[in-house]
Parts: sequence; structure tokens; C-alpha cells
Amino acid sequence: MMPTLNDYLVLSAILFAIGTAGVFVRRNLITILLSIEIMLNAVNLSFVAFGRSLGTADGQIIVFFVMTVAAAEAAVGLAIVIGMFRHRESLNPDTFTSLKW
Amino acid sequence: MPAITPLLVAQVVIIVVVFHALLLSAAAMVWVERRLAAALQQRSGPTRVGWQGLLQPFADVIKLMFKEELRPKAADALLFGLAPIISAMCAFSAFAVVPFGGSTTFFGLLSEPMKLQVADVNVAVLVIFAIASMGVYGIVLAGWSSNSKYSLLGGLRSSAQMISYELSYGMALASVLLLGNSLSLTEVVNGQAGYWFHVIPKWFIFVQPVGFLIFMTAGVAETNRAPFDFPEAEQELVAGYHTEYSSMSFAMFFLAEYINMVTVSAVATDLFLGGWYGPFLPASLGWIWFLIKVGALLFFYVWMRWTLPRYRYDQLMAFGWKILLPVAVVNLLATAAGVLYFGV
Amino acid sequence: MTLFYLFGAVAVIASLLVIAQRNPIYSVLLLIASFGALSGLYVLLQAPFVAVTQIIVYAGAIMVLFLFVVMLLNAPHEETEHDEKIHPLRRPGPMRFGAVLAAVLLVELLWALTRAGSEGTAFPGADVISVRAIGKALFTDYAFPFEVTSLLIIVAMVGAVVLAKRDTRRGGAPAPPTP
Repeated sequence: MMPTLNDYLVLSAILFAIGTAGVFVRRNLITILLSIEIMLNAVNLSFVAFGRSLGTADGQIIVFFVMTVAAAEAAVGLAIVIGMFRHRESLNPDTFTSLKW
Repeated sequence: MPAITPLLVAQVVIIVVVFHALLLSAAAMVWVERRLAAALQQRSGPTRVGWQGLLQPFADVIKLMFKEELRPKAADALLFGLAPIISAMCAFSAFAVVPFGGSTTFFGLLSEPMKLQVADVNVAVLVIFAIASMGVYGIVLAGWSSNSKYSLLGGLRSSAQMISYELSYGMALASVLLLGNSLSLTEVVNGQAGYWFHVIPKWFIFVQPVGFLIFMTAGVAETNRAPFDFPEAEQELVAGYHTEYSSMSFAMFFLAEYINMVTVSAVATDLFLGGWYGPFLPASLGWIWFLIKVGALLFFYVWMRWTLPRYRYDQLMAFGWKILLPVAVVNLLATAAGVLYFGV
Repeated sequence: MTLFYLFGAVAVIASLLVIAQRNPIYSVLLLIASFGALSGLYVLLQAPFVAVTQIIVYAGAIMVLFLFVVMLLNAPHEETEHDEKIHPLRRPGPMRFGAVLAAVLLVELLWALTRAGSEGTAFPGADVISVRAIGKALFTDYAFPFEVTSLLIIVAMVGAVVLAKRDTRRGGAPAPPTP
């Protein structure tokens, strides 16, 4: 019995929820960025699954663009993290509270 | 449970043969390097152990096996043990998609011809590239987990060098793939069969000389060899990322380095030098020519190491980004223009 | 099917461990394992080009970047907060709410996906979409986004270099005025 489209979408949903949990729960900037990458990968999986079920190459092309955007976002995000770390010597987002009321 | 056909047996035999051939080639490279270095330096090298010193690599391996397996107390145990495994694994797996001979029936033992390749993937070139990118992790984890200054510096420098030269490597690959018209290495090699004017073989090196030079330069930098081996230079960094390793872990790093050299030479042979096609031999015995060509490239590798001085690290990175990458991009553009104009 | 379950299990377990690990280096390595499993899933979905690109770009480049940053910031040696050692659902305020929200999201998605019918649509027996077809579509239908991504990458490169550069103009803070 081959896996159906639903199986792939369920797996994608589980991975997306895991990424979301990581963003909400973790107090370490780098782990938050990693959880964002998990979410992006979950979305990639569902794109490729849909592309396959429709039989076109569009799913894979959108995945190509998502990967490029994820690479750019990871680079800029990590540069920001480095800048923030130099300022406060901490990777905990709770220490950056100077704009809070 | 699949049926045990002669084809299945032949495939298992090929996997075993390729694995052991790689191990033997690493051992042979140890011997070749030491004898050739000696010849270039006008001394004799190992000649005592076995006839002409041919058993020297085995003596080295046995010596290494008997050494004590050390681990620094502050080293991260899991990563320290994992790093050489990653290096060696990536080195071996990259050869799984490299074809080393034409289709053959093994002198009639098989009912139909079988390719001399562990796995014929239709994106073979990209798979090699992917596994080469994974090889970076072995080095960077070795540098980090050793928890020592020299290792960390060596590991970071080495991995930065590898990922910088991957770009030029990929561009040179792309240029030759425009000529070969396919991502499958078998088809690229088959596109180089035949002769022009009955004399000059249709190898892609004659159409893409610059691409070949870029590929070999980037390949040498990728394998941390010859003029680009600053991160593991004895004079600068003790031994770089493998300072804290001893015995078989150290042997695995060395194995990985030599097998990476063999893989780069094998891929260059398939892409630029016509693979297994050569005069006087049919394609089914082409693996002999393949071995000769790979041997020639490995000879150049060793020759370069013992002739050229070492690049300093900033010179190395400047060369990779400011000279090699623009040349590779221009080469790709020129190749694309040529293919468009002349047609393939 | 067993391959699907195998790769899926590796991806899910590795992702769970990514968000549960305290040491960021282990998180990065586990995420690489998860990406490897996803790459296997792409091969099962008859998308070999995406599978190999995933390894080259994600596991081979982006994760190396993460690893470099983690090593540069020496992140594993940060002191762990007391909060991090408690189970997520028992942590104070925002974290507990966040964990519950993520669980709610999962339940909602699973409900939406399994509601339409007990068995999903099987895949058509299409051929592997060749790299040639992808390239063709990329340069004809999607040519504009393709060129725009090149601009995006240049902007990201310049931005990352500018943001991470050390400020060398800093001359030190002036001494406080004596009373």
C-alpha cells in the first residue's frame, strides 16, 4: 500500500506544529531560528506532495524558491543574532526588553 | 526476499569490489605519495618492507591499529567519535554513483549487460556535489569537539575553505553539464565516445580546458591537499583539525582524504577525460583505461603537493572568491553562449 | 510504505529532539538528520532534484552557517535558565501558553486533514519530473521570480556582512564628568 497525499500532509502538519512549539517554548535565539527552519521544511514537504498529486513541476519550483528565501533569511537572521549577542552577551530573547513598556 | 539472480549477485559483487578497491587505492596512494615525494626530492623512500616497499602502507595501518585511542578529557565524546565516521562515510558514499566502466556482461556470465556502477542515479552529478558538502561536517565537528585551539582554528579554516571552493566546483560542473546534456554521469561519458577527424578523441577537456582547470583546482582545495592544505599544515597549526586524534580515528581521516582525492579524480575523468573510452580496448574492458586516467590525475595531485609552496590562508580565500569564482562564472557564460551558437 | 514510515519517524523524532535539546550544536546536528530524512521523503515523492537540492542547500550550506554561528558565539556554554529545566507545560506564563497553543494547532490541523475522508487521494502514476522540465519551467514561466531571487540573495549577502561587521570606529565611551 503506497502512502497517500493525506499521509504526507499529516506528516507536514506534525512537523509544522513541532516547529511552532519550538518557536514559542524555547528561550534561545538560535533554537528559535532552527524551529523556523523546521516550519519551512514542513511547508516544502506539503508543496512537493501537492505538486506530485497534480503531476506538474510547479510544486518543486516553489520549493526551490522557498529554499532560496530560507537561505537568505537564515543568513540575515543569524547576522542579527550575532549583533544582538555582541550587545548583551546573551542569547535569551527575554533579556532584550528595552523597548518594552 | 528478492530472488537470487545472477544480476543480484553481480550487483553485490560490484559493491564489495568498489569498497575494497577504494580501500586498496587509499593504501596504494600512501605508497605512491611517499615514493613519488622521495623521487622528487632525490631520495629513495620506503623500499624495505616487501618488494619495493609495497607492504609499507599495510605496516603503517598495523602500527596505527596498535596505538592507543586517545580522547581529551574536555572533548565532547559523542561528537569526537562521530567526526571521523562522518568524514569516512561521505568519502566512501560519493563513489557510489561514479561509473568506472562501460556496460559489460562479464564475458558472458550475465544474460544482459550491466553497468559498472553501484547505483545509476539520473542526478548523479548533484549527488556527488551533495555528499561533498556533507563532508564539511566531519572536519568542522572534529575541530570543535577536540576543544583545543589548534583544532578549532584548523577546523573552521578548513570548512570555510571547503565551502568557498564548492562554488567554483559547482560552476565548473555546470559548464561541463551544458556540454554533456545530462546530469547522469554515464550519459556524460557516453557523450564523449568517438573521435574528431579520427584522431582527436571527443573528450570534453578539449572543449572546456578552462573548466577542467577550474574543476581540478577547486577539487584540490575541496580535498584540503597540495597548495591549499593550510588548515592541516604541520608547520602552521600542529596538525589542524586532527591534532587530538590518534590511532584508527586518525587513520579514518586520512582514509577520507585519500578517497576524496580518488573520487575527485574519478569524477574529473568521467566528466572531462572521456571516462572509460580509449583506443585499442572495447568499452566493456574500459575500466582499464579508467584506471589509467585516474592514476594520471592522482600523479598530478601528488606532484603538485611536493612541488608547489603552500598558500597562506587569506591568499587562499582571496584566490577562491576573487579569482576562481569570477573565472568560473565567465566560463559558464561562454560555454552557454557557445552551446547556443554552435549547438551540441 | 515502510520507507515512508521510517523516514517520517526519523524526521519527527529528530525535530522533537531539536526543540528539546539544550546544547545548540546537538540541535543543529539533529536538524541535519531531519533534513536527511526529508530528503528521503522527497525521493519517495519522485522528486530527486528537490531531494538533492535539499541536501546541498539546507543540510550542506545553511546548517554549516548555523554551526559556524553557534561556534562563534560559543553558545553551548551559556548558563541554562532554571525555566528551561521544567517540563514545557509546567513553565510559567507565556511558555506554557505557547506549548498549549502549539498542541492546539496540531490538533486543529489533524482534524482538518482527516475530516474530508478516511482515505486520501492516491498519487497518480506519473513519471519522475525530469530536471530538464524543471529547468524549462524555471526559465520560462517562472523567469521573473528566478531573477528576483538572485537580487534577494545579493541583498541578503550585503545585509549579513554589514550587520555582522564589527564596529571599528568605536573609540570607547568618554569618562563620566567628575562632580
